[in-house]
Amino acid sequence: MKYMLIMNTPRDGYTQYMNWPKKILEANAAFMGTFTKKLIDAGEFVSAEGLSSPEQAVLVRAGTDGRPITDGVFPESKEFLAGYWIIDVDSHERALGIAAEASTAPGVAVKAPDGSAIEHLWIELRSIMRGREDIA
Amino acid sequence: MTSPPDHDVERLLRELAPLALGAVVRRYRDFAASEDAVQEALIAAAAQWPLHGVPGNPLGWLIQVAGRRMTDVARSEIARRGREALVVTEAPDSASMPEVHDVDPDDTLVLLFMCCHPALTPSSALALTLRAVGGLTTAEIAKAFLVPEATIGQRITRAKASIRASAIPFAIPDAGERAARLSSVLHVLYLIFNEGYASTSGDVVHRADLALEAIRLMRDVHKLLPQDGDVIALLALMLLTDARRTARTGPRGELIPLDEQDRTLWNRASIDEGIALASEALARGSLGEYHLLAAIAAVHDEAPNAAATDWPQVLQLYEMLMRAAPSPMAALNHAVATAMVEGPAAGLALLEPLRSDERLQSTHRLDAVRAHLLERAGEHEAAAALFRTAAARATSVPERDFLLGRAERYAR
Repeated sequence: MKYMLIMNTPRDGYTQYMNWPKKILEANAAFMGTFTKKLIDAGEFVSAEGLSSPEQAVLVRAGTDGRPITDGVFPESKEFLAGYWIIDVDSHERALGIAAEASTAPGVAVKAPDGSAIEHLWIELRSIMRGREDIA
Repeated sequence: MTSPPDHDVERLLRELAPLALGAVVRRYRDFAASEDAVQEALIAAAAQWPLHGVPGNPLGWLIQVAGRRMTDVARSEIARRGREALVVTEAPDSASMPEVHDVDPDDTLVLLFMCCHPALTPSSALALTLRAVGGLTTAEIAKAFLVPEATIGQRITRAKASIRASAIPFAIPDAGERAARLSSVLHVLYLIFNEGYASTSGDVVHRADLALEAIRLMRDVHKLLPQDGDVIALLALMLLTDARRTARTGPRGELIPLDEQDRTLWNRASIDEGIALASEALARGSLGEYHLLAAIAAVHDEAPNAAATDWPQVLQLYEMLMRAAPSPMAALNHAVATAMVEGPAAGLALLEPLRSDERLQSTHRLDAVRAHLLERAGEHEAAAALFRTAAARATSVPERDFLLGRAERYAR
């Protein structure tokens, strides 16, 4: 079963990211590298990408002449896609486990000294449609 | 048998203490009585081994001697198991030594979980941990904490009574309880470390031992739970902090602040190990207080001199810490980092609301930090006055002398 793990970011998420301490940025890169490698080693990795800042994003559609018409960024959007993984796993539980692990990526600090106040980021888990039977 | 120097025996006994206690508790069940018995066996060994040599199976010796002490309190149980009560005067012979399978390295962890149970007060948990797991005598603990031996004895008795009353089982807690219990263990080890490193009272003699003991126990925990990010982070934090120990005091025991330390005296091996562990912990994610404190310590240790310190990064890390684990001490350090990046006025502004924080009323630290920032702002008279106020409230002699020395600079 294929799933997409979606990581979203608030509008200012990229600015926040740019202001992360160097140690945390390095840790984040190391975490992502290990995470991907583990998926590859387990034969569960399909693909993964991170997206650049939505500041550079445009809306595009074809005009009546077929040529692209563009519009600015999405003024009403609060959240943007920051990146995704596509995985191929044996069970829904496994997909949930992988998504939970992805949510622990170093970034904002999440844990009080007594272990409470876990604030890991949310990962959106979507299964990838195989055919019309998956729509319902 | 050889007669080793005392400190070798001491180190060996500290290593064997939790293993012996684990084996004895496993056999006799009664934690409180077993702890007393092992303590007596340790004292006997400390007296005999330097003179007569270490026995071939030192752990078996301890277990057996402790077992004999247990005969009075656990005679019925011994009888039930068909064991013969041994004669106390004879040295144990190797044929009757306990088998290796009595010893489980996980016992150290089980004992830590028992001694650092959230139901115990931190001061009781500290004392009990140092004795039961650290193998220190009540007298040694009392000396390190500069309190009467009877006080430590009472704390240990109270802690053991609490364990007995709450019927905490001698077993590794299940996964559900483990996280909460582990955080108690780490908290107690961190307190022991800080007590040794930051010396909140008295002179510095015997204090470094506590920091080293905390690191040793932390290494044990790390060996048993090598995958736990908090464990790795706290070990890193201890190593990165302790690496500066030699540089932290001058020839007369006076305190030398971070920016004035001779960094060639820093322990390179500890720093390298600490940085590697900190990076590993951070890369595992689920960042918490120890991760951020370790990262901050690493940034300081990486700077070849005080001026080269990456203060903007330190400030960013303190901002993360203030969100994750706000505490008065974190707030003070956050204000210092802010002052280093944005100037002393910005730091002093952050300290204003802390002046009414109850948790800081009993310490001199807020005054000391305000004095430092006023000094940086060029307000020397106000700084000198606050240095004196802080000195009057400081409980550690080197710290008091340091603060008075600062005040002296601006006398008249």
